[in-house]
Amino acid sequence: MAELAIRQSPKQVPISTWTRLKTNRNWLGAWFMLPAAAFLILFLAYPLGLGVWLSFTDAKIGRSGVFIGLENYEWLWDDNVFWMSVFNTVLYTVVASVVKFGVGLYLALLLNENLPFKAMIRAVVLIPFIVPTVLSAIAFWWIYDPQFSIVSWSLKHLGIIHGNIDFLGNMWNARWSTIFANIWRGIPFVAITLLAGLQTVSPSLYEAATIDGASRWQIFRHVTFPLLTPIIAVVMTFSVLFTFTDFQLIWVLTRGGPVNATHLMATLSYQRAIIGGQLGEGAAIATAMIPFLLAAILFSWFGLQRRKWQQGGDND
Amino acid sequence: MHDFTRRTLLKGSTAAAAAGMLTGSGLLEWAKAWAQSAPWKPEAGAKLSILRWKYFVQSEDDKFVELMKAFTQATGVDVTINRESYEDVQPKASVAANTGTGPDLFWGLYSLPHLFPDKVVDMTDVADYLGKKYGPWADSAVKYGKEGNKWIGIPVCYTGALMNYRISASQKAGFKEFPKTTDEFLEYAKAMKKNGTPGGCAMGHAPGDANTWLHWCLWAFNGQTVDANDKVIINSPETEKALQYAKQLYDNMTPGVASWNDSFNNKAFLAEEIHWTNNGISIYVAASKDASKKHVAEDMNHAYMPVGPVGKPTELHLMFPILAMKYSKYPNACKALTSYLLEADQFNPWMAAAGGYLSHCLAAYDANPIWTQDPKRTPYRDVAKRSLTAGGLGSNGEKAASAISDYIVVDMFAAFCTGKDDAKTAMRNAERQLKRIYRT
Repeated sequence: MAELAIRQSPKQVPISTWTRLKTNRNWLGAWFMLPAAAFLILFLAYPLGLGVWLSFTDAKIGRSGVFIGLENYEWLWDDNVFWMSVFNTVLYTVVASVVKFGVGLYLALLLNENLPFKAMIRAVVLIPFIVPTVLSAIAFWWIYDPQFSIVSWSLKHLGIIHGNIDFLGNMWNARWSTIFANIWRGIPFVAITLLAGLQTVSPSLYEAATIDGASRWQIFRHVTFPLLTPIIAVVMTFSVLFTFTDFQLIWVLTRGGPVNATHLMATLSYQRAIIGGQLGEGAAIATAMIPFLLAAILFSWFGLQRRKWQQGGDND
Repeated sequence: MHDFTRRTLLKGSTAAAAAGMLTGSGLLEWAKAWAQSAPWKPEAGAKLSILRWKYFVQSEDDKFVELMKAFTQATGVDVTINRESYEDVQPKASVAANTGTGPDLFWGLYSLPHLFPDKVVDMTDVADYLGKKYGPWADSAVKYGKEGNKWIGIPVCYTGALMNYRISASQKAGFKEFPKTTDEFLEYAKAMKKNGTPGGCAMGHAPGDANTWLHWCLWAFNGQTVDANDKVIINSPETEKALQYAKQLYDNMTPGVASWNDSFNNKAFLAEEIHWTNNGISIYVAASKDASKKHVAEDMNHAYMPVGPVGKPTELHLMFPILAMKYSKYPNACKALTSYLLEADQFNPWMAAAGGYLSHCLAAYDANPIWTQDPKRTPYRDVAKRSLTAGGLGSNGEKAASAISDYIVVDMFAAFCTGKDDAKTAMRNAERQLKRIYRT
């Protein structure tokens, strides 16, 4: 028996778990993903989790706080400033995104034509996007100034109005003014990205459509637009996310005033958490943004992108 | 014991006159002499870092840097200065206090040391030393500096928020001097508007200007955010009176004040669009320095905020206390630096450099010539004596700080004045917000 055992042993060297972990292809894949996963967990999942956790505590800045369950949310539920910030954020995002999409698409189509100085015009269109937000916000701050606004000044000199326009002092004026500034800043991103999408559309499709006698609208509706939808989905997802979480523009222009009429959830969260020191409550406001953002992402991915033709089938 | 001959000389009215000259090498010489006999000897090899609010007047900061250099040369203690916008000092200090690392000294706004009283160095000896030498401390400064019997910070200075007005326009409206009561003030605002020379005060989210004047207004009519036990009492007939009064003032202001932040009134006043506002002395300083605005400087003056039905001043001014963190390895160096800053030889020229932007909390500095050389600066001399504290009747700690930074009083007034809410709703909303902050 002993002999047999000795003779058999070289044939059946037990493979250690460690060796298996080192050589198995599936495990190797997991190993290679580990650095990336660690990176994502450390810098994305952990802060997000921590933020959500903070919203269940009464943490103040620099003080960890104790678990208080849903108390922060209960107070927010009953807080009209919070609800106004939700309303403002939704209004801001919906109006700005829709206009940015419309104007951006129009600009992209224009820039896709053969224009003289095409490269230069494309570069110029990008300017609002290149200028740091704080700088453009300061420019708007002057444009909207209740005393020195260039707009009011020009209209007064043209005899169209008599008093200055109260851009940021009236609640609705302030909302539209900040939305306008956001649109101005966001259009280039949409336009240039859609332009890139347009340039991937094969000219032969247009030729075929033209030969078939399609009008310009029909070409747009049945060739350009369907082929653009994947990129529209990506662009609009980003655009909605950027708009929803906008902060700098509001902070420079109004700090959420007048009477909180332009407070977005992001600015209110900052005001309460960092300036006011109520970290738990600020975190609760920030956490309350997550469902909205998820909904926006799901809408654009499932609503705009899951077309059958993208997976090789026909559209119904 | 601390027999500084030069300091003794400088004390009192002659003190300040001489102090203006004490610059450059004289300053260093004095700093060295001071270091020899200072009550606090910095630890060997001490290095300090200080986070201060970002200056409003460049010359003030230049002088501050000069003072710090002299301190370093005299004591061998290196001082690193960092600056943050005044609202941002508080969050950084809170994080530092609770993580136990960061700058040794923080010079911030309002009740900063009260946010973490057990994390700061006991400064009672410094306060007593300075109080004995240059005091007494103004009452409001004691409230900001002390918790119980212990000084947890040293109230370095105030930045006053007082009325700025154009002289000729006021006279034209029939007012030889600026109104002293709220009733007269309302008449004044009406007359000024009627003459096409209206004024205006910020009602937007302006952390300094809007908070100061609207708290003044609330308190002038005996409205209060909380009582002495921090119970929320804002929803009251007194608050409603304050709201009604502010609305009438608002109706007689230039349009657009609901959007103003801290710099709008400065711009509008300098551009002669408005003829009265509440502000620090920065408009006057800017106008005096700009040749094209000389006429504005000449035709403007400052006045106390009018007194309301409560019958006593109810001003709120920006207080800037300094504190040293317990985690600092060099508490003696911190104390030495703090006391050094407020010694006449440093403080007088520093105040002079600030041109009235820094108002003292120690009685002896009333004699600084900066307050009398130019009578237009005189009202800012008395800021510490007239100021109430940020918490109103209640505690002076983080809840009061949160309520101010959350613009609760400002938004209540703005909501009513702009017609967004009626008085009852505006008060109820503010009450709700205050209860959120003051909940236990």
